[in-house]
Amino acid sequence: MPFNIVVLLKRVPDTESKITLREGAVVTEGLNFVLDPYGEYGLEKALQLVEQHGGKVTAVLFGSADAKETIRKALAVGADEAVHISDPALEGGDAAATAKVLAAALKKIPFDMIWAGKQAVDEDNAQVALRVAELLDLPHVNSVIEFNLEADGKAARCVREVDGERDVMTTTLPAIFTAQQGLGELRYPSLKGIMGAKKKPITDWDAAALGVAAATVGAAGAKIQQTKLEPPPARPPGKIIPGDAQTAAQELARLLHEEAKVI
Amino acid sequence: MSNNILIIAEGRAEGLKKVSYELVNMAQTLAAALGGAVEGAVVGSNVGAWAETLAKTGVTKVYVADDKGLEHFAPESYTTALAAVINAAQPAIVLFGATGWGKEVSARVAARLDWGLATDCTAAQIENGALVLTRPVYAGKAIAHVQAKSFPVMVSMRPNLVPPAEADKSAAPLQTVAVTLAAPRAQVVEAMVKEKSKVDLGEANVVISGGRGVKGPEGFAPLNELADTLNAAIGASRAAVDAGWIDYSHQIGQTGKTVAPKLYIAAGISGAIQHLAGMSSSKVIVAINKDPDAPIFKIADYGIVADLFDVIPALNAALKAQAN
Ligand SMILES: Cc1cc2nc3c(=O)[nH]c(=O)nc-3n(C[C@H](O)[C@H](O)[C@H](O)COP(=O)(O)OP(=O)(O)OC[C@H]3O[C@@H](n4cnc5c(N)ncnc54)[C@H](O)[C@@H]3O)c2cc1C
Repeated sequence: MPFNIVVLLKRVPDTESKITLREGAVVTEGLNFVLDPYGEYGLEKALQLVEQHGGKVTAVLFGSADAKETIRKALAVGADEAVHISDPALEGGDAAATAKVLAAALKKIPFDMIWAGKQAVDEDNAQVALRVAELLDLPHVNSVIEFNLEADGKAARCVREVDGERDVMTTTLPAIFTAQQGLGELRYPSLKGIMGAKKKPITDWDAAALGVAAATVGAAGAKIQQTKLEPPPARPPGKIIPGDAQTAAQELARLLHEEAKVI
Repeated sequence: MSNNILIIAEGRAEGLKKVSYELVNMAQTLAAALGGAVEGAVVGSNVGAWAETLAKTGVTKVYVADDKGLEHFAPESYTTALAAVINAAQPAIVLFGATGWGKEVSARVAARLDWGLATDCTAAQIENGALVLTRPVYAGKAIAHVQAKSFPVMVSMRPNLVPPAEADKSAAPLQTVAVTLAAPRAQVVEAMVKEKSKVDLGEANVVISGGRGVKGPEGFAPLNELADTLNAAIGASRAAVDAGWIDYSHQIGQTGKTVAPKLYIAAGISGAIQHLAGMSSSKVIVAINKDPDAPIFKIADYGIVADLFDVIPALNAALKAQAN
């Protein structure tokens, strides 16, 4: 049976990036932006399911106007179509506001299942997808590393990872799943895929298209407000302990006890 | 709404997690500034013992939602139960531990109650009557200062930030909260018992991590022996995980766990930016690497340039000798 699968994606700086700050904001010039790595695992799983069972993968990305290029990456690896939610009025929100925007969008897209990353690697909030599940009254399975459809196609059986332990969870569909690294191998776009992506449809939605109340979204709707962004505290310079392995190890044991006092 | 702080305790078979006691201590500071009390909550099935322990940590009351329907984890049922205790307590601030469980349930409860939630915070205080928090973003490459625009609000706090409260005070009263649970659509049907390191990575005081330099699954053996001596948890770089030498539940870094133990020992790890993201706020960092130019030495407090297979056993022997 075919599935309509929506994948929630975010545009984030490559994890290789050095984050530099200017006047309390991240300097974006020169940063390489990518699809959030966990979301990519969700996208990969969605593509596999549609390859096996038929259906359609819709990538939904909420982000600034310059996120189009990132959306094309999702289309290039195989998503069928995309929705780009972008509007200055929707910017500056926290996880609560973001989830409301996405939930409003998802009310307009038919789906059997939603995939997202377990967290986006920029703000590391780990709450948007779960909030969306609650707002849409959907069951969720968080941090999925193994996913199997039940034979009737109406439920799924997942292995998920939490704090180093694993559980098997079942859920009925429709449901929201968040992907954890380990869910599968990622594919790379082919040249044909990259060319084809240019012809795939991207639908643009703004606040008016979603019909969200201005007071609930964007900076106005945020309940948690960022006041400052700082570099992490610098670490004091360390020391290399001289000598052969044996001597250095003994000295280290002493330093950890007497100087650092951590053991 | 009161001026109280409600801490949501979390347990496992052996009892309450250490972070639950830490939350009590953090809440005491906030409550003093807000002029409220610290209350606790326990949700689950058969959790009377957890509630009684929590009651002795200095909280003024413990809300207990104990229901057979909470025996196996089900996000919807836990959301319902937590919403019920929060509604009963009417706190200004709810504190969760930023564990896998805490982050998952707090997000869903926050959406149900339409509250703000700041996840994975490393500091919380009251300034001019408002709750201000710091939280690492970009996997610790920057620190965000955030503020709750209003109360009530939820927060999840990282483990290991403050000492745990002792359960040695006179017992506070328990208040039962009745919950009505619908059959959940998503639920845990089986807990997979797996080779889990004995010490929880998130809570460990000492973490010993191996990278590509350990050269194979058996290369973790000397690290494990050292871990036994130090009561440490075992971590790994993504290279070691991707090679299949160790389960990725041990992975430290941007796409793995973030840890901040008192002592982090990196053995055979080069110190890629993604790895540093997961451990650079550790109190003391030790690097053991054959390559004197490995970037890990830039953030290490103590470095040894040598073969880890010589250093780790020697360190283990020296620590054992020192302990005697
Ligand atoms: C999207 C993305 C996310 C990522 N997320 C993570 C993450 O969460 N965590 C993570 O760790 N990485 C992550 N990485 C990978 C990261 O970029 C590095 O590739 C990885 O951390 C390297 O692991 P390593 O240091 O073990 O291996 P290498 O970089 O190969 O380093 C091995 C080191 O061991 C030393 N060595 C070898 N033999 C010995 C010996 N006998 N004794 C002592 N030293 C020895 C070598 O000198 C070398 O410095 C991510 C990458 C990407 C692209």
